Amino acid sequence: MSEARAAILARLRRSLPRSADEQAAAEATVHERLAAPAPNLLPARGQLDRDGRVRLFTDMARAVAAEVELLDELEAVPAAVATYLRRHNLPQRIVVAPDPLLDLARWEGQPLLRVRRGDAEPDDAVGVTLASTGIAETGTLLLTSAPERPTLLAFLPETSIVVVFADEIDGAYEQSWARLRAALGTPPRSVNLITGPSRTGDIAQQIELGAHGPRRLLVLVVDRSPPLDD
Amino acid sequence: MEATSLRFRERAAGALENAQLQTALAGIKVGWQAGRARAAARLPEFEQLRDLGKAIKDHTLAHLDLYLEAFEARVVEQGGKVHWARDAAEARGIVLELCRAAGARSVTKSKSMIAEEIGLNAWLEANGLRVVETDLGEYIIQLRREPPSHLVGPAVHLTKDQISDLFVEHHGGPRIEEPAALVGEARRILRQRYLEADVGITGANFLIAETGSAVTVTNEGNAELTQGLPRTHIVIASLEKVIPTVEDAFTLLRLLGRSATGQEFSAYTTFVTGPKRPGDLDGPEAFHVVLLDNGRSAMVGTAFREMLRCIRCGACMNHCPVYLAAGGHAYGWVYVGPMGSVLTPQFIGIEQGYPLPNASTFCGRCEEVCPVRIPLPRLMRLWREEQFRKALVPPTARWGLRLWGALARRPFLYRLTARWAARALRLLARGRGRLAAAPLAGGWTGTRDLPAPQGGTFMDQWRRRRR
Repeated sequence: MSEARAAILARLRRSLPRSADEQAAAEATVHERLAAPAPNLLPARGQLDRDGRVRLFTDMARAVAAEVELLDELEAVPAAVATYLRRHNLPQRIVVAPDPLLDLARWEGQPLLRVRRGDAEPDDAVGVTLASTGIAETGTLLLTSAPERPTLLAFLPETSIVVVFADEIDGAYEQSWARLRAALGTPPRSVNLITGPSRTGDIAQQIELGAHGPRRLLVLVVDRSPPLDD
Repeated sequence: MEATSLRFRERAAGALENAQLQTALAGIKVGWQAGRARAAARLPEFEQLRDLGKAIKDHTLAHLDLYLEAFEARVVEQGGKVHWARDAAEARGIVLELCRAAGARSVTKSKSMIAEEIGLNAWLEANGLRVVETDLGEYIIQLRREPPSHLVGPAVHLTKDQISDLFVEHHGGPRIEEPAALVGEARRILRQRYLEADVGITGANFLIAETGSAVTVTNEGNAELTQGLPRTHIVIASLEKVIPTVEDAFTLLRLLGRSATGQEFSAYTTFVTGPKRPGDLDGPEAFHVVLLDNGRSAMVGTAFREMLRCIRCGACMNHCPVYLAAGGHAYGWVYVGPMGSVLTPQFIGIEQGYPLPNASTFCGRCEEVCPVRIPLPRLMRLWREEQFRKALVPPTARWGLRLWGALARRPFLYRLTARWAARALRLLARGRGRLAAAPLAGGWTGTRDLPAPQGGTFMDQWRRRRR
């Protein structure tokens, strides 16, 4: 198929004729743009202080039918999960991302809650995972795949519960991605931006929740980030 | 897919008589059209973002060869593979070969216009594979064996009752009427298909040269299950989907949801980069990108290059009086509405797509709402010029245009004729102020009256007032 590749690139170059100087300039322009990516425009809406960002995130997420609860600390997560499941008449059985940060939540404090750690299986009804960041602009969660954060946890179960630390809520998408880029260099296999539960308008343009992904999305915003070990 | 664009007039007339279709189309005005206006008003930077979106796409298209090479290099670094396809047949062959190499029997697909463009489903099915569309709208039209009637809502032409009937026919069981229950039934059935699939095929809204990522945007979450569950993920995308950086993607994503459905952001936007990494608990073992040309590399060198900025939001059709009356199927091929009127003749030829660029009053609303400011009326006009050059225009219209051209180039004659025509029409109206019929205007006066000219011609009045 390298024959097709050569043919396509050759035709593109015929469509985009450049002199030798222009070719060098074009290559330099492309190299520069790719080497130093920079935001084009950050909407003013999200450029607020920490409290403002948390407030905007909460409002925007609620506007697209996510439920949002604010918790003081990670230890409050298991009780909030148990209460939520009771309120929606769901079984007290969850699958939790095997992330050491979520272990700090001390699930054993809720003896009635059956907790499995790992990836979602087709029959799992409730998945709990951790977002890397939140984005205030549109109430969006940014999840990154990793061995301790399997992607399907947020897509396969009918109810998705996502924990995000208030300190990690940025104003705009680009600000979250800049931190991701600084931390990881190249992106992980999957970066999922999630804004509310799954929905469809494909039947007579009437919005229905839970088309393929979760029918319900609970976001737990944790005010205090856990202290770092090292 | 065989093009039936030459039957536009007949199909549009049929559409006007189809009450179910008219009900479905009327929903677009209150839904997506009003939604876009609200979403644009809520974001003060929206117009500025449109300028930036246009600039990103123009810059990329001017350096398309270089960005494609960069994209390919990043995909390979991340353990994926890029396949180049000159035309539809080559792309179909590559996808089939990849499915065979994966030992696939069953394939799930999330919505891709490129797959429609190359007729992928029919081809894979003819070669013994089971192909299941997972976007609910695409699933519905797959059951009906129909092409999409809209870029974003492929089944937008159907009412709830028609879908109820369709599900009884294909799924059996009692007739369901509630939309929520219909969605639930599709969810239950498709869930099983996801789990059985050996290969997942998705399109891409953007390909990112900086990272080698493919970006998908859905509201249902079907792209994530399509690419996350099977062992092999194939992305199929056309050349112009590539953009430089992740930041550029976010600028365009801010335009996409708002322009399409009036959403601040679609529910799921996913950046996938290569196959499963060591230690990952899920994700495909193989990641392939099929890059389709199908005439685009040549288009880059023509005036139609501007059409390659299109991000497939559907705003042009949501605001088009012709689309909203005729519906998508009248256009007779994969791409519909104003963007289809410009794009379709590129693929099927102006001879086969002849009526499409004429299916516009040039009211300009499509260009007004296009997030990347594609001058759709101007591009349709270029096709009309091409029709004239190729002598595809019928003789009467041809002579009419010639005559008008001859007059328009001789101002004195033009003014004289206009003065006489105004006087003649006024006489014909016999003081009623309007005409029920006029020579050469039967098409217009068939459904309404023609107001008779009042007073002198514009030029006469202009001269009088200046004096």
